[in-house]
Amino acid sequence: MEELKLALKVDDKDNVATIFAEQITDGTCVEVRDKRGNSEIIPVIGDVPYGHKIALVDIPKGSAIMKYGESIGAASRGIRKGEYVHVHNMEAMRGRGDL
Amino acid sequence: MGICKEEKTVGYTFQGYKRPDGRYGSRNLVAVIPSVICANDVAQAICRQVQGTIGYFHHQGCCQLPLDLHRVTDVLINLGKSPNVAAALIVSLGCEGTDHERMLAELRATGKPVEIIRIQELGGTSRAIQAGIDAAQSLVLQVSGQQREEADISNVVMAIKCGASDTTSGMASNCVIGYVADKLVDLGATVVFGETTEFLGGEHILANRAVGGPDGPVGKKIFEIVDRMERRAKSIGEDMRGGQPTPGNIAGGLSSIEEKSLGAIVKSGHRPIQGVLEYTEAVTDQKGLWIKDAPGREPEILTGMAATGAQFMMFSTGRGAPQGFPSMPVIKVCGNPNTYARMSHDMDLNAGTIITGEKTIEQVGEEAFALLLKVLSGQMTKNEALSYFGSMDIFCLGPVI
Repeated sequence: MEELKLALKVDDKDNVATIFAEQITDGTCVEVRDKRGNSEIIPVIGDVPYGHKIALVDIPKGSAIMKYGESIGAASRGIRKGEYVHVHNMEAMRGRGDL
Repeated sequence: MGICKEEKTVGYTFQGYKRPDGRYGSRNLVAVIPSVICANDVAQAICRQVQGTIGYFHHQGCCQLPLDLHRVTDVLINLGKSPNVAAALIVSLGCEGTDHERMLAELRATGKPVEIIRIQELGGTSRAIQAGIDAAQSLVLQVSGQQREEADISNVVMAIKCGASDTTSGMASNCVIGYVADKLVDLGATVVFGETTEFLGGEHILANRAVGGPDGPVGKKIFEIVDRMERRAKSIGEDMRGGQPTPGNIAGGLSSIEEKSLGAIVKSGHRPIQGVLEYTEAVTDQKGLWIKDAPGREPEILTGMAATGAQFMMFSTGRGAPQGFPSMPVIKVCGNPNTYARMSHDMDLNAGTIITGEKTIEQVGEEAFALLLKVLSGQMTKNEALSYFGSMDIFCLGPVI
């Protein structure tokens, strides 16, 4: 049996999930689970380290990145479903000093 | 609705010690309270000798500004008023800056048995220890026969905290505590969280959850306590907000200060924030979710939360924080499955099963809820069984003189 590649979605409003598995490379399928255990298999776009995030839906440029049911920043370019989400394609909207 | 209401009262009760003010304690302790650091050695000798006592061995109470001396007096009074404390023995030196006579008067007014010894008046250490042992023994004999009674869950005040956090905290253990917090609030209980430092970058989210919105008095107060804390750091030339999230946070997967802050805030659940308590304040009839303006460091926040009147604390950790508090059971919820395996004698609940995919947040949340009912009714937490609760202190604002 193949080892479970788990990603967790903590709130129903979230559009990203956090990966808790090693060796997640471009094309690896991960199982995304919500807090009740409902799951969806999503192929990952990009290499994603342990504890980092992927998109659960397509996120247009400028849209909010949602985690914990709240905005944690905005997409700095269009992000596809399954794509690695981090500082290269999202930006904080708080505490930057330039906003 | 009728069925729901009945489930609430029939379903969730605990066995607690009823106090004269109507509150219920999860423990039945005689508190030995040094009114000043200089009384600690005498107080420790008394506690070593007399079973059923605990001591508050803080480091304050003299050579401080009046504001802080008042604060220390208030906190020691509210620790003694905690429902987990059945009786109190104040150990005074005689020349301290705290107001030990006010302590005595306010604690006696609760209807609990309260005694005081004064080291200088009694003729020094050995005589004070003897008098203190006699007094503490008498208090233990007075209160130790009290029986537990059934109490509705709405009598509970839960404190929340996280410490020695790691990547798993924001995704597992904090989410579990958030689940428990929501459930307790829905059942009519009181939940108090603090760690004002961790609100940085997320204060707007908390203010949006405040009763009356971000521009109401509660919302404004949330911004005020964060600003107050930042200004204290700035007064000694430090900027707490700059450079967040840290390069280490980014390498670990945190993409913004909002994400970092939310990972901590999630342990408060999702219910509206009813108000902000000052560090020294106790819960009287407040219900629902409250903030206490307390720093994140363990000795000071645990003291502040015990002074709030919390009968227990739920504590989230990833790397493994082992300590508790003398009069407040601390339930350790560990989000990291490897830490839990390594430190199972310190960790009370394994939320690492969420990270491994064995269980959901809701399942572990229910396990945590079942455990808290047992702890409220007398089951020891792991730190209690190991007596790992010696360090505590009172959060002061000004310099020592």
